Amino acid sequence: MTSSVLLFLGTFLASAVEAVEALTVVLAVGIVRGWRSTLAGVAAAVVVLAAIVAALGPALQHIPISTLRFVVGALLLAFGLQWLRKAVLRAGGFKPLHDESEAFASEREQAGAAASAKGGRTDWYSFTVAFKSVLLEGLEVAFIVLGFGSAQGKLGLAAAAAAAAVAVVVAVGFVVRGPLARVPENTLKFVVGVLLTSFGIFWGGEGAGVAWPGSDLAILALVGFFALVSVALVRELRRRRTAIDPAPARA
Amino acid sequence: MRYVTAFVRFWWNFVVGDDWRVAAGLAAAFAATWLLAHHGVAAWWLLPLAAALLLVASVAREARGSD
Repeated sequence: MTSSVLLFLGTFLASAVEAVEALTVVLAVGIVRGWRSTLAGVAAAVVVLAAIVAALGPALQHIPISTLRFVVGALLLAFGLQWLRKAVLRAGGFKPLHDESEAFASEREQAGAAASAKGGRTDWYSFTVAFKSVLLEGLEVAFIVLGFGSAQGKLGLAAAAAAAAVAVVVAVGFVVRGPLARVPENTLKFVVGVLLTSFGIFWGGEGAGVAWPGSDLAILALVGFFALVSVALVRELRRRRTAIDPAPARA
Repeated sequence: MRYVTAFVRFWWNFVVGDDWRVAAGLAAAFAATWLLAHHGVAAWWLLPLAAALLLVASVAREARGSD
């Protein structure tokens, strides 16, 4: 039960972060150049992503569970530590925060400067930019869905969490009609980094033959441990940043 | 050839990212955990400890570099 809740939460938050980034690009291109080709690019990317999950999901079920958990755990851990490392550096003021408003403005400028399509034809610029953006952000989501879902035998739950996150972000984006700049992206990445790292260690360890004290409850202990380590790192970085530059580091 | 290079680069960035030493350290930690576990040693503590130390070291390197 605990691991299912954390699995849903981790997949939902990771998917939401990626969906916010993809939405920024899609909105910028769609508003400047029109929606027909932009949405066609989005649809094409969604079809490719669904095909990847549909093809790889059942195929992964044939791999022995300990091998699967070892490989998926190692990949999730490598991936999760990257997220956590960047989130810690951003929160500590040693890396600039991702600014959706700035990304939106830059994307709008580029979309406006590119040559426009002749009347009625497919606008390949809009199609390609939307396709690439959704595919690249979506691949990370597909990887997390496949990793979380297959290692725990709950592919349906992981896919539902990702679909729910995308639906929420798209709905809010539709209402706001602008980039979701108020979403605390770095905080979400921080939480996702902690969850990916903890699940990666738990499954990778099980795959390597480790018997976790407390069984599934060890995941909660790992989440708490990495949250503490990360918060301590952020505090230390902020202290150093303040010592170097008296202007306070942004959260 | 261009597509092969792009494919390899994509996966490298995806798995290894900005600091290859973290990925190398994790590979060593997994190997050590597997060896210890298969020799009957309780090795559950090794991966969390290694991951935490690698995270601290990587963040410290990046922070020193951007001082």
